[in-house]
Amino acid sequence: MINRAKILTRSIWVFHFASAPCNNCDIEILDVLTPRFDVERFGIKLVASIKHADCLLVCGMINRKGAPLLKKLYEMAPKPLAVVAFGSCASSQGIFKDSYMRTLPADELIPVNAYIPGCPPRPEAIIDGVVKVIKKLKGEI
Amino acid sequence: MLFALAAGILASWIERKVTARVQWRVGPPLLQPLYDILKLFIKENVIPENASTMTFVLAPVISFAVAALVATFAGLPAFYPSSGFSGDIFVVMYLLMIPSLALIMGGAASANPLASLGSSREMKLILSYELVFWISIAVVIVKTGGTISIAGIMSHTTAPQALSPSGAIAFILALLSMQAKLGRVPFDVAEAETEITSGPYIEYSGPLLGFFKMSQYILLVALPLFVSEVFLGRANVVKYVVLLVVIVLIENTNPRLKITQCLKLFWFILSPLCIIALILALAGL
Repeated sequence: MINRAKILTRSIWVFHFASAPCNNCDIEILDVLTPRFDVERFGIKLVASIKHADCLLVCGMINRKGAPLLKKLYEMAPKPLAVVAFGSCASSQGIFKDSYMRTLPADELIPVNAYIPGCPPRPEAIIDGVVKVIKKLKGEI
Repeated sequence: MLFALAAGILASWIERKVTARVQWRVGPPLLQPLYDILKLFIKENVIPENASTMTFVLAPVISFAVAALVATFAGLPAFYPSSGFSGDIFVVMYLLMIPSLALIMGGAASANPLASLGSSREMKLILSYELVFWISIAVVIVKTGGTISIAGIMSHTTAPQALSPSGAIAFILALLSMQAKLGRVPFDVAEAETEITSGPYIEYSGPLLGFFKMSQYILLVALPLFVSEVFLGRANVVKYVVLLVVIVLIENTNPRLKITQCLKLFWFILSPLCIIALILALAGL
């Protein structure tokens, strides 16, 4: 019998949604793809369209332009989908919590499965987050 | 068909692994392409609201079916030299066009501006490489005295066709048009992940994307196999893998051309070269 969770966690295609981040998080995400960390070993790769994605990576403080787009992206994505709030801004609005452009943290707009805090998170932290998501999907945590 | 698919999964793994090694990475595990396909088939299938549903759904299925058919036609002579029929080389070349046409149809049916942009680019790309591909195959047909079956060309002489001057030119040109046919860098203008976000594939999800992926995998087997049969004599695994690695290395060492540059390259530089090769072949070189 084909093991659903095993297949889903062996091939995770990530769509990166950047709602006006300061680019630090984005650069750390690219770091994870570089030779030093190489997450393609685990079948993880970045895709360009949300329709191909298994994981939605939310970056940056969600502002008034970004919030409706984020909701739309979540609705468009083929399920099952894992949502990861990436960095302090997406998780809890970080240093922008008093900004006039803020809306809500990502988890109050769409269901979030995992948080990777940090400003920006280190690549090790990102891989740790990925491992936790995979374990959660497999029901080990 | 299953064999072609299994071979395609292996070929795709070789491609990704070589790419990774070129970039000094470790690369994905052996069964990664298989997991990708299986995963796509258990995902939800989203069809855009404004899409032309029938065409949108049929395009990937057609692409997959034709790719499997091509793999059969091109693959059988490699194993059973007595199989095939006179003229199967043309059947293969016509059929090789259909996955690209299906991609154009699917992209145009998905009601997305980037997808239609990708479709139009794919159309221009077909216009540019198809002539070169046909003439380079014609060179071999001329050189073998009008043999038009794959098995016939393979058993015509003991030396591979690519070793003569005209054959060598035609082989290099066929390699380049094969690169364009497979949608690989430097001719990946139709997909162009960084500018038009995978073009015609953008709206495809789940099983339908899986069908497209599978047809890509199978083409990655069928096309280099066909070219190696025509130009390199009797097919074997080593020749095929070498050809595949050459494709991947070209892919990894070149930037993407613009669509206008592709068209100029194929029409004004490679086509005249191809015709020179044809003249050389007619002169018996």
